[in-house]
Amino acid sequence: MASIDLQNITKIYRDAKRKRDLLAIDDVSLSVQPNEFLCLLGSSGCGKSTLLNMIAGFEKPTTGTVTVGGKPVGGPGADRGMVFQQANLMPWLPVWENVAFHLRLKGWRKADRRRAAQEYIDMVGLRGFENHYPAELSGGMSQRVGIARALLLNPQVILMDEPFAALDAQTKMDMQEELVAIWQKQRCTVVFVTHSVDEALVLGTRVAVMTSRPGRIRELIDLDLPRPRDITSPRFNDHKRHILNLIREEGMQQRQGVAA
Amino acid sequence: MTALTKSWERLAVPLFILAAWEVFSRSGVLPEALLPAPSVVLHTWADWIAGFDESSQANSGRWLADALSSALRVAAGYAIAAVSGVALGIAIGWWRWVERTVEPTIQMLRPVPPVSWIPLAIIWFGIANKPAIFLVFLGAFFPILMNTIHGVKTADRNLIRAASMMGATEQQLLRHVVFPAALPSIFAGLRIGIGAAWMLTVTAEMVAVKSGLGYVLWDSYYFLRYDLVLAAMASIGLLGFATDGAIKLLMSATLHWQHGSTLQSREG
Ligand SMILES: Nc1ncnc2c1ncn2[C@@H]1O[C@H](COP(=O)(O)OP(=O)(O)OP(=O)(O)O)[C@@H](O)[C@H]1O
Ligand SMILES: [Mg+2]
Repeated sequence: MASIDLQNITKIYRDAKRKRDLLAIDDVSLSVQPNEFLCLLGSSGCGKSTLLNMIAGFEKPTTGTVTVGGKPVGGPGADRGMVFQQANLMPWLPVWENVAFHLRLKGWRKADRRRAAQEYIDMVGLRGFENHYPAELSGGMSQRVGIARALLLNPQVILMDEPFAALDAQTKMDMQEELVAIWQKQRCTVVFVTHSVDEALVLGTRVAVMTSRPGRIRELIDLDLPRPRDITSPRFNDHKRHILNLIREEGMQQRQGVAA
Repeated sequence: MTALTKSWERLAVPLFILAAWEVFSRSGVLPEALLPAPSVVLHTWADWIAGFDESSQANSGRWLADALSSALRVAAGYAIAAVSGVALGIAIGWWRWVERTVEPTIQMLRPVPPVSWIPLAIIWFGIANKPAIFLVFLGAFFPILMNTIHGVKTADRNLIRAASMMGATEQQLLRHVVFPAALPSIFAGLRIGIGAAWMLTVTAEMVAVKSGLGYVLWDSYYFLRYDLVLAAMASIGLLGFATDGAIKLLMSATLHWQHGSTLQSREG
């Protein structure tokens, strides 16, 4: 079981064109416990993806350290599974080859890859679509392939960047349910980026509400709501009201800041 | 629409042109030797291929040998161009330092028309297969190279990210992501390249080689055998068409995953 530790992270993007530096993340410290489901919630441009990409190893923090399972993150690697907003499937490979891509890299034989992929294809409910190509899948199905592909790594940590943002309401709900079931079964640690308050409250064990740019953690909220989450329950709505208030204040402060 | 009416659509224009040509050249407006009728060309061509009445004189029955020697030159030059063009293209597209060191030289050589290399090719390689192969290589190399570079540079960065998140090394990225992602572009380059390859074999054979379809074409011109000139032109066209068709087949077999996602796959 791996925990994630962010210590005094700042991230400055050098804008070479405009000769200006952009402070995207300002001194964020955060630790995520094993088997936690943390939702990163914040408005567009507040630095959620930046933070996630630093855990993934695509970006290096300007100052501060990121450790996963006690080891500093040096770059992207198969110890963490990542699900992107766009499924990012290899269009030239059929579904099962996409799911088993990691095993292809490890040099497994075709028959073994095929067998190993099946378990995860079944898990995300895509039995019967093994030989379809990405161009023949719907958005929701592609996203499932992306999830199966991340799960096959059997990672201790799964990072998700608004994976359901492009889906319709019904598909989104189904996928959220499936994701929670998988997380409960695999006992992995999940960091889930979203800008939907409802989504964060349906999924997370904890929600980190971020400020507008530069991104900081505004508040960490523990969710002790029973699962499956009832979005009409009073306690759910108490949390929702509280978070919406935070976001409203945040928006107001930013507008004042711009005016001043 | 039935297959029969469809093939009629394709054949109507060429058949009309052939018929009009036949009538025109038999009408006696021009001396027949200057514009031989299609039937005459066909007759000479048949003799060139099968050798039954020596109407193609010394070439009688030698078509296969001529076609083969041209085709082998195309094959050799094209294979070298394809392998080196794709390999160098991937390197230039992927590594910045390779781009910085190699690309300027390439961009300076590229505008030089391949045919202008003929004098040097003859001096370096003599009169035989080698100068022809060298010219074919030059003609096919640049389109293949440029298209490969383009394919690599436009490969989806997110796919590379996804693969490196699954533990891919740089070599694996090139092999399992960048190369397949660049394949549609590479094939576009290969198809332009094959056209250039035939063009340059024929050019080389007219000047620097004593065999092949291009040589027969030029030689027949000296002997005023315009029927043979036309038969040679038709042979070259046919072989070019066939090799391009073969590459197209290979392409649609390799890029079958594109079916349903591109305009190309539309029924038309
Ligand atoms: N590679 C980059 N170079 C320069 N600036 C960047 C880069 N990536 C992000 N930024 C800037 O950093 C800030 C945070 O970006 P980020 O993508 O993390 O936002 P986000 O919270 O994920 O937003 P969204 O919800 O819209 O995806 C933005 O202002 C953005 O312009
Ligand atoms: Mg984002």
